[in-house]
Amino acid sequence: MTDLGTSPDEVQFRFRDDEPADHGTVTADACCDQTNATAVRIEPGDDARTLLPFLDRLALIEVNFPSFGDGRGYSSARILREAGYTGELRAVGDLGIDQLSHMRRCGFDAFAPDKPLDAEDAERAFSTWDNVYQRTTDGRRTIPELRHE
Amino acid sequence: MKVLTGNDLKTGDVIWWTGSGWSRRVDDAADAGDRADEILATEEAARRVNVPYVIEASREEDGSVRPAHIKDRVRALGPTVRPDLTLKPQDPEAIDWVI
Amino acid sequence: MYKYDSYDQQMVDARVEEFRDQARRRLEGKLTEDQFKPLRLMNGLYLQLHAYMLRVAIPYGTLNSAQMTALGDIADKYDRGYGHFTTRQNLQYNWIKLEDAADILADLAKVEMHAIQTSGNCIRNISSDHFAGAAHDELVDPRPYAELLRQWSSFHPEFTYLPRKFKIAVIAAEKDRAAMRLHDIGIQIVEKDGKIGAAFYVGGGMGRTPMIAPMIRDFVPLDQLITYAEACLRVYNRYGRRDNKYKARIKILVHELGKDEYTRQVEEEYAHMQQQGVEPPREELERIKPFFADPAFEVGAKSVDRSDPDFALWVDRNTHRHKHDSYVSAVISLKPVGGIPGDATGEQIRIMARLAQQYSFDELRIMHTQNVVLPHVKIEDLHALWTALDAADLGAPNMDSIEDMIACPGLDYCALANARSIPLAQRISEKFDASGKTEKLGELKLKISGCINACGHHHAGHIGILGVDRKGVENYQLSLGGSEAEDTSLAKITGPGFTEDGVIEAVEKVTDVYLDVREDGERFLDTYRRIGMAPFKEALYD
Ligand code: HEM
Ligand code: SF4
Repeated sequence: MTDLGTSPDEVQFRFRDDEPADHGTVTADACCDQTNATAVRIEPGDDARTLLPFLDRLALIEVNFPSFGDGRGYSSARILREAGYTGELRAVGDLGIDQLSHMRRCGFDAFAPDKPLDAEDAERAFSTWDNVYQRTTDGRRTIPELRHE
Repeated sequence: MKVLTGNDLKTGDVIWWTGSGWSRRVDDAADAGDRADEILATEEAARRVNVPYVIEASREEDGSVRPAHIKDRVRALGPTVRPDLTLKPQDPEAIDWVI
Repeated sequence: MYKYDSYDQQMVDARVEEFRDQARRRLEGKLTEDQFKPLRLMNGLYLQLHAYMLRVAIPYGTLNSAQMTALGDIADKYDRGYGHFTTRQNLQYNWIKLEDAADILADLAKVEMHAIQTSGNCIRNISSDHFAGAAHDELVDPRPYAELLRQWSSFHPEFTYLPRKFKIAVIAAEKDRAAMRLHDIGIQIVEKDGKIGAAFYVGGGMGRTPMIAPMIRDFVPLDQLITYAEACLRVYNRYGRRDNKYKARIKILVHELGKDEYTRQVEEEYAHMQQQGVEPPREELERIKPFFADPAFEVGAKSVDRSDPDFALWVDRNTHRHKHDSYVSAVISLKPVGGIPGDATGEQIRIMARLAQQYSFDELRIMHTQNVVLPHVKIEDLHALWTALDAADLGAPNMDSIEDMIACPGLDYCALANARSIPLAQRISEKFDASGKTEKLGELKLKISGCINACGHHHAGHIGILGVDRKGVENYQLSLGGSEAEDTSLAKITGPGFTEDGVIEAVEKVTDVYLDVREDGERFLDTYRRIGMAPFKEALYD
């Protein structure tokens, strides 16, 4: 089996304390057929919901962004988190500074950009929004909630 | 002839390649010949021009340069409906040159 | 009017700083144009024919005089003394420098304005009825719902890289003044069994494949409005086409899946979303509503002195019935004869702001027809208002007439254009004004686009004109029978295109056919619907 995934040392930003998963990453199709895979990589056209039956055994889901303008991965990420997935959710591919904060809000907690990003710019990007309007699974209280507490 | 054009990165002004730099006047445009792509790449990388491209143009008898497509003639002069904002506000015939 | 609290202000201020940083990185060469372009577009900054162009959002077309004044000041300080009001109820500046863009955004932020999401493949500025809160025929004021949607759609983390741009309109009257069914999502606030809710129309649009949105749900409870919208968007984000830019709008998805299948998927996602608690707390809508409460209307005169015929004509043409019988909504036409539709100078913009302060409880609206409304004018103040407008060349009495045409910027400004639109508009208004035919024709909606993108709504014009490129020469297609009102329809092309002179003559001919055969009370559109295309074709091509 070929390993499709990024290795832990390609991960530039990680917001987790556990050891990064480092094992063969398989395609979404293979994951459904194969009962022992613990890491999977999904492409923009894959339906993240096909993974839902296997979430307890997955430690790493990579979501590939072949081009930053293709935003399907944001929905995939939220769907996985909404279904209760707690393992590593790694955005890989064509990631730029200006996508980081939105990705983080959609549930990504690791980032492996094709081209390493300027660390200082990235840090600023992750903390762009003091507050946010929309409820996601990132647990942040939204502006409308803060207004009425 | 092949003429290079684009916008100034900072100001957005329409500019034309003169052979050694960039000018706001289309009549200063030089023939880039077959070096067009190479010049565009260097100039864009150096941020002396933004979103540059090559167009077809002709040099007229009086030495002026006339882009082949109406869109680039509008760019060269300015909006035909606001002669006061064009590069030739005093010239009533400038609009006819565009059309 | 809605006022920002510290949270809203913080968001906008943070965005200015974020953009300042992005512009810096671009100028320093840390970002290439390919990387920078989507970022500047998210802030309404385009590169157009002559310079950068900045598009400023005017949420649901409502603004106060301080905001309007700021728009006028920016036109003078950073642009070349004017701005262009657009069919998206916003304002565009045509001559912006990248170096100044962040400062302009900072100036806008001081008056609670921004250019966020006025471009790019995200949820755009939300549009609404320009007479909202004033019209005699509305169920409720639609703007609190539009504001709720504005906040939800601002910096939405999941929906910032959609397949294509996404436009939402919200109305609350049977009469549609916002082209609701020609939006990606059109929402009509409706009443059912004594309860207020929202009907959702999804998949309308203009552009190269115009479509009228079908209704996918006739009633969404108000406390599920955001949840339902989120479901509509998620299905689109996941399944909208990304292989072809021209097939990427939601209208194509709805069309290809079929309305029923799209609806089924939305309903499924909706059921899931309801478990996610994405709806803002109920109190939030209650917090927003009072911002749009009626101002303190006073009883006054109910009619005007009609002894001045010019004034009387303006009153007849340019005022709209108000819910309070001592008031009207007054339309300030930005279509002087021979002028550029939608353009206003910095000084004119400030004059309109002052008049709003004096006569309209500090409020203005931008219409999708590129005009400005003072929503609440006391009938007894109308003469004074008209006198001031007339002195500023803002008193053209031509609302909904052929002279009140929509024209996109076209080849004079727009990099995508095939042909110029503005000169046509100018020549047609001059011609019809001079011949006195404008008056005879009554309501006639002429809409002109310089290319197939249809920013000038030509598909929805009683008469539409589309600029095409015919071997490098400007050419124009004529179409008839469109409407963007509640009787939405798409115009049909008459036949082969025309030159600039030819199309002006063609407009003259089709209006002559109408004047010849119209029956009592028929508008151009009604006559066309009754007699069909054939008589018009005959006049044009035989
Ligand atoms: C000058 C710069 C402009 C550019 C580059 C531009 C670009 C476009 C494009 C590409 C589309 C087609 C979208 C699609 O169907 O996928 C479009 C549609 C549209 N634009 Fe523009 N536009 C410009 C100016 C304007 C202006 C000035 C207005 C208002 C007068 C406007 C309002 C609209 C509207 C109403 C539509 C069609 C409705 C729809 O299908 O969404 N645009 N524009
Ligand atoms: S319709 Fe075409 S020409 Fe007109 S503004 Fe839109 S993109 Fe430009």
